[in-house]
Amino acid sequence: MSITQILFWVLTAMAIGSSLMMITRKNPVYSVLWLIMTFFAISGHYLLMNAQFLFIVNLIVYTGAIMVLFLYVLMLIDLRHDTEPRKNKWLKFAGAVAGGCLLLVIVAALKDSDIKSNVVQTGEGDIGLIANLGKALFNEYVVPFEISSILFLSAMVGAVVIGKKE
Amino acid sequence: MHLLAIDWFLLIEKAILILLIVTVCLVTAMYATWGERKVAAIIQDRRGPNRAGPFGLFQPLADGLKLFMKEEIIPNASVKFLFVLGPGIAMVTALMTSAVIPWGGTIHIFGRDIALQIADINVGILFVFAIVSMGVYGIMIGGWASNNKFSLLAAIRGASQMISYELPMGLALISLLMVTGSVRLGVFVDQQVNGVWNVVYQPLGFFIFFICALAECNRTPFDLPEAENELNFGYHQEYSSMKLGFYLFAEYINMFISGVVMSTLYFGGYDIPFVNEAAFGDVWWIGALEFLALMAKGLIFVFIFMWIRWTIPRFRYDQLMDLGWKKLVPLALLNMLITAVVVLWRN
Repeated sequence: MSITQILFWVLTAMAIGSSLMMITRKNPVYSVLWLIMTFFAISGHYLLMNAQFLFIVNLIVYTGAIMVLFLYVLMLIDLRHDTEPRKNKWLKFAGAVAGGCLLLVIVAALKDSDIKSNVVQTGEGDIGLIANLGKALFNEYVVPFEISSILFLSAMVGAVVIGKKE
Repeated sequence: MHLLAIDWFLLIEKAILILLIVTVCLVTAMYATWGERKVAAIIQDRRGPNRAGPFGLFQPLADGLKLFMKEEIIPNASVKFLFVLGPGIAMVTALMTSAVIPWGGTIHIFGRDIALQIADINVGILFVFAIVSMGVYGIMIGGWASNNKFSLLAAIRGASQMISYELPMGLALISLLMVTGSVRLGVFVDQQVNGVWNVVYQPLGFFIFFICALAECNRTPFDLPEAENELNFGYHQEYSSMKLGFYLFAEYINMFISGVVMSTLYFGGYDIPFVNEAAFGDVWWIGALEFLALMAKGLIFVFIFMWIRWTIPRFRYDQLMDLGWKKLVPLALLNMLITAVVVLWRN
């Protein structure tokens, strides 16, 4: 095994293990902390594929900002008492069915794709570097890029409007 | 079997470098506590620590010993694992930024070219930014795990303050990136060694960055997370012994590192002012001098931080948020706009 492979398996085990821990924890604060671990592992995977910009932006945006806000909200809720309402048994059943359907669709979609012949190149390819990514985004994909930024702006304006109402 | 096909000398070299840089950071932070007291004493017309050793120089050692000897208390109602993890995260995130800072030029020792930088990664400045944004976890986890309402309030203040000031900091960095055209810290310094310091191009950007650095280090006038008169002692109220020491120590490391980062970004990094280093050729002591130049610049910033602490009173919390969101963000946006126009016009 090369060092890349070792790192790959360690990161994979970390990602899957911590995401399992995340969905099985009772306390939402622990869930968020395990989710942060998952993000670290996934960022590591980006780094193995030499997608350095994605790696660092994933860390800044998800672990550094969004998860802090999650934690912020959860810490204000009193978690000492088991305040979570008991969920309906049928609701759980429906959730399991819906999740299973999603899994089925994803597996079916992946099964027929040519993903098996497109093995990820580790440690090579330089499209993930900032200069190349920026050139691709602002030349080939400039319209989708700008449209998605307008989408974000409208979400922000919407949040402010909803917040101002009360 | 090529299990670890690594250049072992590189590994050893980097390990020594990491050890050295971490030691330098820790010792500097240790003596920054002594410096803080001396600066405070001079500003308040006192003598400051003068009992332990000449000029009170052994005071930090005595303080460290005191912290180690104190009884370690973990509150019964706390979340034990996270309670211990909090100070650790604070310390690690404080030290990790030092990995991408170029501490000096390349020196030749034992027939090898050794760059005085642990990792010259492609996303250098973004890495610094990521670690800074990670620093808030130490405070939040510690404050929450203490299971004390004052700690929690302080932790939440700290988190919102840090997130608020990351924004103008990022915007100030974007305008700097427009001027430099790279995110690699080595390139930043090379350009400044051969040309003009970035602060000449980006005075407003530096001003914004400096204020945000104060806020990110939780220094006065932004030390709301540990506002004693409102929150007893802030997020580390339940901590004792060296765990408290870690929190206090991390603040000084953060101060030093942010001073060094500001020197690297805006004040030429390891560039010795008014001296053409290349004229001396490849001699080993020029590398040492460059390192000392960077240290001096960083320490000047640490001194300015202390000076501000002992002269400016603390903001009220709403004033802090107003300054961040209503003044610094628009100012940083304006700076970005002007920079963009100038860069386009010059091209």
